[in-house]
This record gives sequence, structure tokens and C-alpha cells, in this order.
Amino acid sequence: MRNFSQTRDETLPVDVPRKLRNWRVDDFSLLVGTALAAVATTWVIYTALTPATGKTGFFLISYITFLLLYVMTCTLELGKQNAFDNMWTVLTWSAALLLLAPLTTILLYVIIKGYAGLNLDFFTKDLSATGTLDSGGGASAAIVGTLQQVFIAVLISVPLGLLTAIYLNEVKGRFRRPVRMFVDAMSGIPSIVAGLFIYAVWIIALGNVFSGLAAALALSILMLPTITRTAEEVLRLVPDGMREGALALGATRWQTTYRVVMPTAASGLITAIVLGVARAVGETAPLIMTSFGSTAMNANPLSGAQDSLPLFVYRLIANPFAAQQQRAWTGALVLVIVVLVLFTIARILGARASGKRR
Amino acid sequence: MSIDLSETREFKPEPASGTLIADAVSCWFGERKVLDRVSLEMRPLTVTALIGPSGCGKSTFLRSLNRMHELVPSARFAGRVLLDGEDIYDTSVRATTTRRRVGMVFQKPNPFPSMSIRDNILSGRKLSGMTTPNPDEVVEVALTRAGLWKEVRDRLESAGGALSGGQQQRLCIARSLAVDPEVLLMDEPCSALDPTSTMKIEETIQEISDRVTVVIVTHNMQQAQRVSQQCAFFLAAENQPGYIVEVGETRKMFNNPDDPRTEDYVNGRFG
Repeated sequence: MRNFSQTRDETLPVDVPRKLRNWRVDDFSLLVGTALAAVATTWVIYTALTPATGKTGFFLISYITFLLLYVMTCTLELGKQNAFDNMWTVLTWSAALLLLAPLTTILLYVIIKGYAGLNLDFFTKDLSATGTLDSGGGASAAIVGTLQQVFIAVLISVPLGLLTAIYLNEVKGRFRRPVRMFVDAMSGIPSIVAGLFIYAVWIIALGNVFSGLAAALALSILMLPTITRTAEEVLRLVPDGMREGALALGATRWQTTYRVVMPTAASGLITAIVLGVARAVGETAPLIMTSFGSTAMNANPLSGAQDSLPLFVYRLIANPFAAQQQRAWTGALVLVIVVLVLFTIARILGARASGKRR
Repeated sequence: MSIDLSETREFKPEPASGTLIADAVSCWFGERKVLDRVSLEMRPLTVTALIGPSGCGKSTFLRSLNRMHELVPSARFAGRVLLDGEDIYDTSVRATTTRRRVGMVFQKPNPFPSMSIRDNILSGRKLSGMTTPNPDEVVEVALTRAGLWKEVRDRLESAGGALSGGQQQRLCIARSLAVDPEVLLMDEPCSALDPTSTMKIEETIQEISDRVTVVIVTHNMQQAQRVSQQCAFFLAAENQPGYIVEVGETRKMFNNPDDPRTEDYVNGRFG
């Protein structure tokens, strides 16, 4: 009989957890060995056999040679099935690492180029009194402009986008198909066309002046489809059991949506908004014809030309003078930082909204 | 035993609240008819079990009793459902009011994951616009009646989703009871649960049946025998709408049914 009592048999051996998923020496030597062999082979091809030059080519040929050698040796050592498994492991790892490369290089490059111009003045001063050759001055006008324009665009597009998403997935109204089709078509609008549209309608036809508000309108057009479609997908992930549970308690459809479905999907909805902001915050083209850009601070988004970080970078990087180019890079760095800060805030809000009961 | 329709058509309101009478209920999904003129009286202090093979319309019937059936866009309905003499499908009656009076517990536990245990219990009252002057008492009473109070009283603020499956289902029962329904519909409430949780839910059903009329759909014959006083056997031929073959006292239905098909079914010879 086995002993099922609460106090266990003390003579049992100590249960030290064993290491799972061990690497065998073979696995390691196959990988490193074929990699070295591939590089060596390529080196021979490059130096002795052909007049080929260039780092990209060297890398590509090495990689292909490595893959071939790796699969062949693995087939010999481990059999065909394991060889294919290993090959796919290598390919997926390669793809993931390759994807990280552009992101990290962009970030590093912007940091390295922009860091030199980063000082307190950059955040507190504008360029109204700074000549093209002078150092000093800053992007305060651009930072204020970007924050205001994105904020107004969020105010417009988030309610509209979320309500449309609710129409598409919760109300399931009769015009669901056409609405979804239009939203999809809208996501294909080139950003410059959105800017042109606001310019033609809001500024020319309705007789308004350049303003941060006009820019925000153009950005809203770009944000709307992203927010709507992402929010719709997120709402679709909420199990129907939640809706039925709420309705069966006597809730109305709106209460079900507002008090049960949306809180359940809170973190996903925040992601939808973040993606919408991400779509808009770095846009340059729609701003050229709507907020126009300015070297002076204009803290009133409702009237008059207003600068923004993308416009600031776009204007100054085209300038031949070193001081201006430095400002452009620093502007790009600040834009990245602004995006990062916005995303972090959104993540914290999202975690608080969905994780407060955990 | 067959239902005497002439009697139910001339039904007069009785003082006992929680009497639910289905009168010639037919249900369709689009053009497909799934339920054919089903009539059944579900009385207070009585647990009614709906039994029958899969696809015979039991769940559809249950969902037509608190107007959950119509949530499917293509759903259609004919007949009457009288709650204490009043037709719940009458245009003057709001579906939300009916659903508050006729609660429902689903096959799969569905506590609201964004709410704590306490908020889950109170959610129904908030959602249906009831005022709750004494929320702590409501929470304790509902959880006690669902047999969950002792297990969760120290962690009312933790997430409802963190409970075990059986506890989640009892939480859902408590949530339904917190709005003081007159009828509680249960759609295979134990089919996703282990035997111990099933036993606890059955105890809960016995416990609450002194206050609410309970209608339960179950595939478990022993469960129907254990918890119900009245039993209705549904049947549907292939691609034909379902109907009630026989309805009667549970003991009679299992020991001495009138219809041979009922006898075959309750003894596990088909379905």
C-alpha cells in the first residue's frame, strides 16, 4: 500500500529539480562548426576563387553556405526530421534577430546624432531669435505644437473610433459591412491626401487660417481607421458569455458594452489608441498644408501657423548649416522620446485598467 | 401526461410569484424551426428539469423564457410566456425587466473578469439600475445562498476569474440571486464541472428553490432525479423541431413513464 498520509516518508530521496531541455555537445558543435566552416569557405571564395568584394555579399553567401552545411551535417548526424527542425529553428531565430536590427540601429543612430544638441534650452526656447548659423535656440514651439495637435487629434478620433468599433461589433448594425469597408478604405488614404483634403475644405473652402487644429483634423483622419479596426478586433476577443451574462442580469445593451465589455477589453482598447497615436505622431506630410510650421512659439492651437516636431526635423535637416542639422537630429530624438513617454503612460493606464483586480 | 392548453390559455394571475407558463412556444432560427408549440407550467417551490437528447431545443426553450432567444439576430418566436400571468413578450414589457425577474446561469461560468468577487455580485443590481442601500448584506446573503460565502469571505476584493471553475459557477449563481429574481434558469450549469462542484451546485439548487422557481436543463439523468420535482422530456426527430413528449412528476417520469420513448431515454437506451 502507498502511504497517503499527510506526513511523508522521510526516507524518500531528496527531489532536486533536474535540468530539462539539455544542450548536448553535438548541438553546439554542429552549429558553431558549420558556422565557422561557412565563413571559412566564403573567405576562400572571396579571396582566392573570385574577385568578389562587399560586406553584404560576404554575409549573405556565408549565411546560405552555413544553412546548407548545417542542414547536411544535421541530416547525417541526427536524421532528416531533426535536421529540418533545426533548420527552421535557425531560420526563425535569424528572422527575429534581423527584425531587431533596424529598430536598434535607428534608435542608436538617432541617439548618437541627436544627443549632442540635447540641453535645457532645447526644451524651453524657440527659434524665432536664432539665425541659421547660430547655435542655441530650441524646439519648444515644435514640442508644444506636437503635443497639442496629437492631443486634439486624440480627442476627436478616440471617441469616434471607439463608437464606430462598438457599432461594428456590439450593435452589429445593418450598415456594418459598408462601414467596415469604408474604414478599411480609409486606412489606405495617403497621409498627404488627408492633409490636402483639410487644406481644400477647412482652409480654402471654409476660409479658416493655418492652425494646429487643422493639423489635428488631418491627423484624426489618419488615426480613425487604425483605432476603429484595432478596437473592433479587441472587442471581438471578449467572449460572448460576458455579454450574455450581463444581459441576463437585466442590463441594457449600452450598459453591457460600457460596464462589462469595455472594461474586459480595456488594455486592448488602450493599445488601439496607442497604435492610432503612433500612426499620427510622426506624420509630416499632412502638417505642411495645415499647420504650416513656424519658428516662433504659438501656444494657441486654434489660430495661426504652429510648429511640430516632424515639421521641425523636416525643415532643418534640409538646411546646409551644421547648427540647423544638429537641431534636426535632436528634434528627431525628442520625437522618439515623446513617443516613448506617451506609450509608457498608455501602458501604465492599460495595466491599471485591466489589472486592478489581480 | 399532456398539458391542458385550454386551462393555461385562461390562466388567471395567482398571488404566488414566480409562476412561469409557456404557452404554445415555437422558436425559429431564420427559416429553421427548432421548437414546435411547447407548453409547460413551471411552478414556485418546484425545480423543473428539462431533459432530452442534444439538439432537441431544450436550451432554446430555456432561453425563450427570459427573452435571451431573441439576441440571435435571425431568431423568431411564437406563442406566449406568462410570468405571474403577464406575457413577457407583450410590447408593454421591457426585455430588461423580464431578464432581471428571470435570471439565468450558463453552461460555462462567466464571471466578469474586470470586477472583484464583491463587484461581480453587485454588478446585476448596478446594471439593472437597482439601488443597493446595504451592499455588504446583499453580498453576504447572495454568497451564502450560493454556498460560497465561507470560501471567499476573506478575499471579496480579489478577481472573480481567480476562483476555480466550480466556485466561479457558484459566483454566477450568487450574482443572479443578488437581483432577487423570481425564476432562475440554469442551462447545464454543471456540465463543465467536477463531481464535487456538481454536488455543491445541486445542494445550492435545493437551497434556493424555496425562494425562486428553478428550471434546469441537464444531460445528467441522476442529476435530474436528485434535484427536480417536475421533469419534461424533449425530443426532436432529425431536422424536425423539438417538442415535449412527456411531462410529469420526476419520480413517475423515471420509474413509470407513460411514453415508451421516455422510458428508453431515462434508462439510457438512446440519446
